[in-house]
Amino acid sequence: MIMSQTQTKRPSTAPTPPVFELIEVEQEFSVPQPGRSLFNRDTVGLKALDGVRLSIAQGASLALVGESGSGKSTLLRVLLGLDAPSGGRALYRGKPIREARARGTGFARDVAMVYQDARGSLDPRMTVGQLIAEPLRHFNIVRKGEEAARVAQLIDRVGLPTDAASRYPSGLSGGQVRRVAIARALASEPSVLVADEAVSGLDVSTQAQLLTLLRSLQRDMGLTLVFITHDLGVASYLCEEIAIMYLGRIVETGPTDAVLDTPAHPYSAALRAAAPRFFEPIPEPLPGEIPSPLDLPNGCRFSSRCPAAQEDCRLRDPQLGQQGAGRAVACLHPLTSTGAQASETR
Amino acid sequence: MKDMVTQPILSLRDLSVHRGAAKILDRVTLSLAEGETLALVGESGAGKSTIATALMRLLDGAKVEGSAEMTGAGDLLALSERQMVKLRGRRLSMIFQDAGSALNPSYTVGRQLITVLRRNLGLSKAEARSRAIELFTSVGINDPEGRMSAYPHQLSGGMQQRVMVAIALACNPDLLLADEPTSALDVTIQAQIVRLILAQTKSRGASCIFVLHDLALASQSCDRIVVLYAGQVVEAGPSRDILERHRHPYTKQLKSCVLEIGTKDITAPEGTVPPHSEMPVGCRFATRCPRALPRCAGEAPPLQPARAGADGPLDHHFACWNPE
Ligand SMILES: Nc1ncnc2c1ncn2[C@@H]1O[C@H](COP(=O)(O)OP(=O)(O)OP(=O)(O)O)[C@@H](O)[C@H]1O
Ligand SMILES: Nc1ncnc2c1ncn2[C@@H]1O[C@H](COP(=O)(O)OP(=O)(O)O)[C@@H](O)[C@H]1O
Ligand code: SF4
Ligand code: SF4
Ligand SMILES: [Mg+2]
Ligand SMILES: [Mg+2]
Repeated sequence: MIMSQTQTKRPSTAPTPPVFELIEVEQEFSVPQPGRSLFNRDTVGLKALDGVRLSIAQGASLALVGESGSGKSTLLRVLLGLDAPSGGRALYRGKPIREARARGTGFARDVAMVYQDARGSLDPRMTVGQLIAEPLRHFNIVRKGEEAARVAQLIDRVGLPTDAASRYPSGLSGGQVRRVAIARALASEPSVLVADEAVSGLDVSTQAQLLTLLRSLQRDMGLTLVFITHDLGVASYLCEEIAIMYLGRIVETGPTDAVLDTPAHPYSAALRAAAPRFFEPIPEPLPGEIPSPLDLPNGCRFSSRCPAAQEDCRLRDPQLGQQGAGRAVACLHPLTSTGAQASETR
Repeated sequence: MKDMVTQPILSLRDLSVHRGAAKILDRVTLSLAEGETLALVGESGAGKSTIATALMRLLDGAKVEGSAEMTGAGDLLALSERQMVKLRGRRLSMIFQDAGSALNPSYTVGRQLITVLRRNLGLSKAEARSRAIELFTSVGINDPEGRMSAYPHQLSGGMQQRVMVAIALACNPDLLLADEPTSALDVTIQAQIVRLILAQTKSRGASCIFVLHDLALASQSCDRIVVLYAGQVVEAGPSRDILERHRHPYTKQLKSCVLEIGTKDITAPEGTVPPHSEMPVGCRFATRCPRALPRCAGEAPPLQPARAGADGPLDHHFACWNPE
């Protein structure tokens, strides 16, 4: 479950810490100043993440949703301990993620990743069998004699044909390559599976096959799932919880169905409206473009495109605050369940 | 929905494409009325892009049969390359799935658009420039003058796709082919681009063929849908007939995979499209079809009208021995 600000202050006697907890996480990259000349080598800080607060409990399934450039992949790198955040705290079962990662193979074994570019993440010179055996060996999962049987089991579990073990990635379709990536991720017997756009770019039939597979894996093995997608249909099918990002910040979180039924943040509402629906007219899109993180609007970062913006939105930067059961929103004038705006400011 | 008597702008008859021993398109027949939008849908590898590319005559290394009569242009498949050069960009143009790689990385987007305008419309440099700025404005590019001097890599995916739309529409083509113009983009940008293409083609009375994966998006944007499976048309008709009164088991399967917000149950299809070397001689869907009969694998079902008397070009047809 994701907890809003108030819920995170629960007593420290809580039985198990969440799998992941992000507290005011910032990630600042230094980039060349825009429009610089040859002689001016000044850099400026680009905040790809700016005050992210998130808690992911054991067994949860969380969809991370947002437009391109909103910081999803950057957030994932922090969760995986690939990058240390430039500010705030990023915890894995109560310990800093970077420390957990540095301390032996436990973290890498427990938290498995399926990359967006599945084909690029696989060595083309290795057979599927070798690719799946690699993590088995690396983490000492089975004895040498049992390796082939375990590889066969994994191949079967992800729905690859039995003869796949002897084939090379180049001979596999896009959907099959993703299955190999999932089999490799499952090989280390992780409790957390993190996936970046694992089904995007596939046709609907193949996507449906992979999604039913992922859902059954999540349910049968009690996996904690963190799933990046920009498809709200996928989020609503696969994940109980959703976190919607805009320009480096989570602007709304809560149970997926509740958030998508009655979005409280105008940006969530816009995303929802833009998702294709049978025979509905395509709605008026959001005006303008996503601003550059180097040139944030004053006050609320969504104010330059928000159809519900009011005067104070340019003055105050709304923080993620509780909004009903298990939900949180960062907006000064959240929408009510009828789609109207609350009258009083927060 | 379009009037039944509208003249077809394009009439494609028995288009077959062979690559080596594989027949990757098999007697595809379809027609498109003036001002109509049509969606080609189907699994990856079904042949959607091949149809669009064949119409542009940009397929290489393939044997092409059939005819594609376009009003006032003749048979697109029989024209000489010199005649095609005159048509491309002017009477028919194509938007590719991946705008990033369709644009030339070493020229500014303004220069690319100006080149098209000068070559195809014979405009002077100054005329082309002001027309280019107008076009950028009409496709929703902010600061069009400033953006003229941007290189493709300096633009977001959505902006690149807008530039592609501007280039494709520069010469007011009668027929626009859009091959998955938005599948690499976010939903918000996708909605913008699809609306843009529809508004721009409708206002010019142009016709449009969309290649789409998303049936819900097809229903929102297209008058008619053609469903392809393994290189064959298996069902075609007005969007509502295809999505709500489909007769072909494959159309049903495609629809059952669609995830709308709130969908908690989908039926994932079994297996995959067989490789061309193992394609059944009869119905190509027979290896995966839940309704297959003994005759299906050996005998190819012909396209037949879904309703008695339905034989106009806009009507609902399907090819199946044991329809839903
Ligand atoms: N250059 C090529 N050489 C050989 N085979 C090709 C080539 N291009 C396409 N094919 C084959 O032709 C068939 C149709 O491909 P096409 O690209 O038209 O499919 P599509 O429906 O557009 O699929 P997608 O949804 O993946 O874009 C496939 O079997 C494909 O493998
Ligand atoms: N290594 C980096 N150096 C500089 N800027 C970066 C780097 N990684 C990401 N960014 C910037 O951070 C923002 C968020 O990027 P990203 O996390 O990739 O977004 P998403 O995955 O949501 O598309 C973007 O503006 C991106 O350009
Ligand atoms: S704070 Fe104001 S501008 Fe920001 S999302 Fe809410 S209403 Fe819109
Ligand atoms: S012809 Fe037979 S195999 Fe083909 S779709 Fe119809 S029932 Fe299925
Ligand atoms: Mg990303
Ligand atoms: Mg294609």
